[in-house]
Amino acid sequence: MKLFEYEAKEIARRYGVPIPSGIVVSSPEEARAAFEKLNQPSMIKAQVLVAGRGKAGGIKPASNSGEAFEISGSILSTIIKGEKVTKVLVEQRVASKHERYVSIVVDRSSRAYTILCSTEGGVDIEQVADQSPEKIVRYKVDQLVNLQDYEGRIIAKHLGCSGKQINELARIIGKLFQILLDYDAELVESNPLIETESGDFVAADLRILLDDNSLFRHPEFLARMKNFEPDMTPLEIKAREKNLSYVELDGDVGIIGNGAGLVMATLDMILDYKGKAANFCDVGGGADEERTAAALEIVLANPKVKVLLINIMGGITKCDDVARAILDIQKRMEISKPMVIRLVGTNEEEGHKILTAANIPSLNSMEEAAAKAVEIASKVK
Amino acid sequence: MPILIGKETHAIVQGITGSQGAYHTQQMLQEGTKIVAGVTPGRGGASVQGVPVFDTVEEAKRRFEVDASIIFVPAPFAKDAALEAIASDLNPVVIITEGIPVKDEIQLMEIARRKNTTVIGPNTPGIITPAECKLGIMPGHIFKPGRIGLISRSGTLTYEIAASLTNAGLGQTTCLGIGGDPVVGLTFVDVLEMFRKDPQTSAIAMIGEIGGNAEEKAAEYIIDTKYPKPIAAYIAGRGAPPGKKMGHAGAIVMGKTGTAETKIDALQAAGVKIAFKPSEIAGHLKLQ
Repeated sequence: MKLFEYEAKEIARRYGVPIPSGIVVSSPEEARAAFEKLNQPSMIKAQVLVAGRGKAGGIKPASNSGEAFEISGSILSTIIKGEKVTKVLVEQRVASKHERYVSIVVDRSSRAYTILCSTEGGVDIEQVADQSPEKIVRYKVDQLVNLQDYEGRIIAKHLGCSGKQINELARIIGKLFQILLDYDAELVESNPLIETESGDFVAADLRILLDDNSLFRHPEFLARMKNFEPDMTPLEIKAREKNLSYVELDGDVGIIGNGAGLVMATLDMILDYKGKAANFCDVGGGADEERTAAALEIVLANPKVKVLLINIMGGITKCDDVARAILDIQKRMEISKPMVIRLVGTNEEEGHKILTAANIPSLNSMEEAAAKAVEIASKVK
Repeated sequence: MPILIGKETHAIVQGITGSQGAYHTQQMLQEGTKIVAGVTPGRGGASVQGVPVFDTVEEAKRRFEVDASIIFVPAPFAKDAALEAIASDLNPVVIITEGIPVKDEIQLMEIARRKNTTVIGPNTPGIITPAECKLGIMPGHIFKPGRIGLISRSGTLTYEIAASLTNAGLGQTTCLGIGGDPVVGLTFVDVLEMFRKDPQTSAIAMIGEIGGNAEEKAAEYIIDTKYPKPIAAYIAGRGAPPGKKMGHAGAIVMGKTGTAETKIDALQAAGVKIAFKPSEIAGHLKLQ
């Protein structure tokens, strides 16, 4: 789960990480008052979770309270990459002499937290990583010993610091690491970490990504996640409430399967038969009748779906349960869309029997089922 | 000799009194696995499917000969359970549980590494040496003894491919899921190395998916070792939506890896036969 910039910075402030003074507001009137309180040239920054807000016009300077009113008004009425702006951060403008990049991230292959940093921070950091990877310093943290001050100093030296700056940057990196541990974050990233004219450091931007699996330890965010996720569609939110893994796509073949790998393989096959999937929907390895019914309801609620392909490899999931779930929902909803069902594994014969008796064709082969679904989709107007 | 588990493996089930733990204990026993004890703190003295339950792993180990553990404990308590197994020198430790926080996984794997314990998972269907031992939740009847080693990052897709191998007359030495989480105990490289040393395994089926760079690392390893056994691979996710991106840091830490294309290209360059449908794996291995 991503935190908003203002939330990340509030955490940073409490940990003693230097950040620009700022006030988060949700109306132009409040923005004007915030500017007057800060009483210096400011930036008006849209608080959205999508990346690339700067290039999309979500960050603009304001030199007086009138501008703060006007600019925040225009930003607050926009939608950035599909996300409605409901809050802006009015923040002190910090002049920068040098921009650095610092992040802490989970590196799968070394199974450890890794600190990434570069003297060349700013919006083009990915390009730097791509074209001159030697300019990115990687530092693996020993997970049992934790990050020590001396390690922060090594990193600070690599980032071209000298004198007092070494201890200060080491302190900041230590605090960012502590935030990562305390909040169970998967990512803490400051880009840019600004060096001011006077040689001080300021985290001008800060991103924190929490580990969804750890939210049971952070109930304050768990509650928010349930209520609010701006980059999800209504059906995706509904699916999450039912604990289903569902992602909406652009095509017209609705897909339900059990197990992420199997559903991915089904999408691949639809692609190979020149079809387009309408969604990814994984009911999970242990799907029962209730979960299957919930998945059917959600996938069929997407008006783009012309045909529904159900692919079940029975293991823990029993094929006869799936077959009964299909009949059950057929009774409850009026399903006018054609269905193609592929059932194999535990209790497959009974599953086929139940479906055949209800006049629903079911197949054994994944290939045949995918081909048939694509063919049907191409015929439906 | 299969890898990691066999006829002689004696195992405990941690979280045996939960519904998943109890159900799969029954399944594993039915398929001939030697489950000698269960552990659920606070439920010592109970019995599940005739298997005695203890409060601690240490106690179970004192009373029985135990080698390995399979864990069904809920995510908030899974790290603790795994550390308890590791502390009692059980090996391997199979963690079925999904949804474990990544911080717990990182700490757990580091401790396992220092104690030379093999962790399978988390978020895995487990491991099976057909007709000998199963520490997992896969349907046992789709597997048959034979000479193919199977490694996978997926669950049901593993069953799909194992079933097609079995139907094609290709039995398996050992099949294992390394787990679907970002941080897991075994890599493809670790398991390929075990299969390389196992004289009974004559060919390998590998099932990968988008995300991470485990498949690319496997390709490097196959080239470096001039891997002596034929490998066929299926990579899921050519048509999948791009997953959760971790901003700049995610892109930097991964470099140019992680897509189905980078994985397929790397494996093909290493001489691995690529299956574009799950059902093609059996064909590729049969021709060997």
